Amino acid sequence: MDVIVCVKHVPETAEADIKIDPAGKSIEKTGLVFDINEWDDYALEEAVQIKEKLGGTVTAITIGSEDTDSTLRKCLARGADNAIRLTDPKFEGADSYAIAKILHKAIEDLSFNIILTGALAGDDGYTATGPILAELLGIPYVTMVKKIEFNGDIAKVNRELEGGLEEIVEVRLPAVLTIQTGINEPRYVSIMGIRKAMQREIKVLGLADVGLKEDEIGSWIKIEKMYVPPVEKQAEFLEGNPDEVAKKIAELLKARGLI
Amino acid sequence: MTEIFVLTEHRRGQIRDITLEMLTKGRALAEKTNTELTAVLFGKDVKEYAKTLSEYAKRVILVEDSKLENFNSKAYQKVLSHLIKEHKPLITLIGHTSFGVDLAPSLAVSLGMPLATDCIELAFENGTLTVTRQMYGGKVNANAVLNKAEGYIVTIRQATFPAENTSMNGEIVEVPSPLSDEIAEKRFIEYVLPAPGGVDITAADVLIGIGRGIKDESEIPQIEELAKTLGGALACSRPIVDKGWLSNDRQVGSSGKTVKPKLYIALGISGAFQHVLGMKNSDLIIAINKDKNAPIFGVADYGVVEDLFKLVPPLKEKVNELKG
Repeated sequence: MDVIVCVKHVPETAEADIKIDPAGKSIEKTGLVFDINEWDDYALEEAVQIKEKLGGTVTAITIGSEDTDSTLRKCLARGADNAIRLTDPKFEGADSYAIAKILHKAIEDLSFNIILTGALAGDDGYTATGPILAELLGIPYVTMVKKIEFNGDIAKVNRELEGGLEEIVEVRLPAVLTIQTGINEPRYVSIMGIRKAMQREIKVLGLADVGLKEDEIGSWIKIEKMYVPPVEKQAEFLEGNPDEVAKKIAELLKARGLI
Repeated sequence: MTEIFVLTEHRRGQIRDITLEMLTKGRALAEKTNTELTAVLFGKDVKEYAKTLSEYAKRVILVEDSKLENFNSKAYQKVLSHLIKEHKPLITLIGHTSFGVDLAPSLAVSLGMPLATDCIELAFENGTLTVTRQMYGGKVNANAVLNKAEGYIVTIRQATFPAENTSMNGEIVEVPSPLSDEIAEKRFIEYVLPAPGGVDITAADVLIGIGRGIKDESEIPQIEELAKTLGGALACSRPIVDKGWLSNDRQVGSSGKTVKPKLYIALGISGAFQHVLGMKNSDLIIAINKDKNAPIFGVADYGVVEDLFKLVPPLKEKVNELKG
């Protein structure tokens, strides 16, 4: 089973202080730590587990500048056989549609049985790249996948629905599956493993290399303005050292009859 | 006169709330753009739903086919693109749900229409569609414009717009299904229901919810002790279940449970909307988080900007003292 896994290099923002940059169209990136998108991390692990079980290869692909190499090195260290970076200044600011069009051109000549990618990316949250890529390639897809079993050229997958419900869907291969977090336990890689991956080749391709013209990579949407969401309601902040705050909370609960 | 389309989402015998939320927003959009609101309904034996929808929309287009009994994105895409090509709606609204994210992107590609996903606001003015969507887990809002086109596809975040009933008494138009063959490449097999038993967090008066602020499984027992001291139970956001530290019957949010306890203490939970959706109606919410800008503080009644591990031990002590 030859697997292609599409990954994105994103800033970790869940616990970081986010500032909007002066132009107001993106966030201030300085000082943020970048890593593989969380959903793609699970997709990568799933790709490697498929290879370990069924044989074949794993090819990791990303779009971005040289900075994204750390994410590709991680993919190689975790078990990917090949790494491809699609790099061109024209790729900046791409939405899901533009990203899928670039991936489509890079992938259409590769041989594969299945393409995995995260169900969404933690930065822009479009939740659309995988199915757009599938539609461009003319192959079926399933989104929000929590479990995969293979039976010949059919993949039997569980999709996550709302409220703890799942559905089982059968899809014919080749197909694109977008992976939901929690499908597996992504493995850790040792420093040694990363170091070894430093020596491996990353294939770098530009706009012309994948056979795209500049006017072919337009996005559907363009960001005009970014801002911190207006606060409709704000918590009353309890101030003081931990002992003082703990006392305030306990008294507050007592007053409401909760203790 | 052109239309605003709203795609009906139903599952296991029920119209899902997102549909009525979109119809309410769609009605406001239709008024502003001088268009008509149409609910689009696919399924098998769903005439009852059409009646409900007719209270919310000017028109209900109903397509019944056994191949549309359960959601199949491929079948839905064929029928919906057929209707869109015929009616040329200005905007088609689809829920940003498991159902919608499996359909809208490929539908947009096949129709050559621009798509904006997970929108929390949209406005059509001077021939331009502008949407508001959230990025970076809800820490940032972005206003974005879509490329000018004949029609647009937009997916709408759940629980963003209130559902308001009206008595539109719309007409119901039944249309024959354009599907000829079974969809072979993608087939719905069955639903998998959550495992019965386990802990019922929806019945607890006090819940302590833990999230990404917990860095290791070994940190959980001390939080559980605090929960016990308060006579409550432990709940969590998605990352804790993904790591396998708590089972999914403890998960609060859109893919987990909706809870409404007397007290919800959020420890190290940033407050992504998926989680907030499941707990925002709790009577009293106290949030403790290191990041003063965490969205959870926009939902909580009281907030503490602090390392949760510095606060948990004294809090347990003070609660025990006052219990007397």
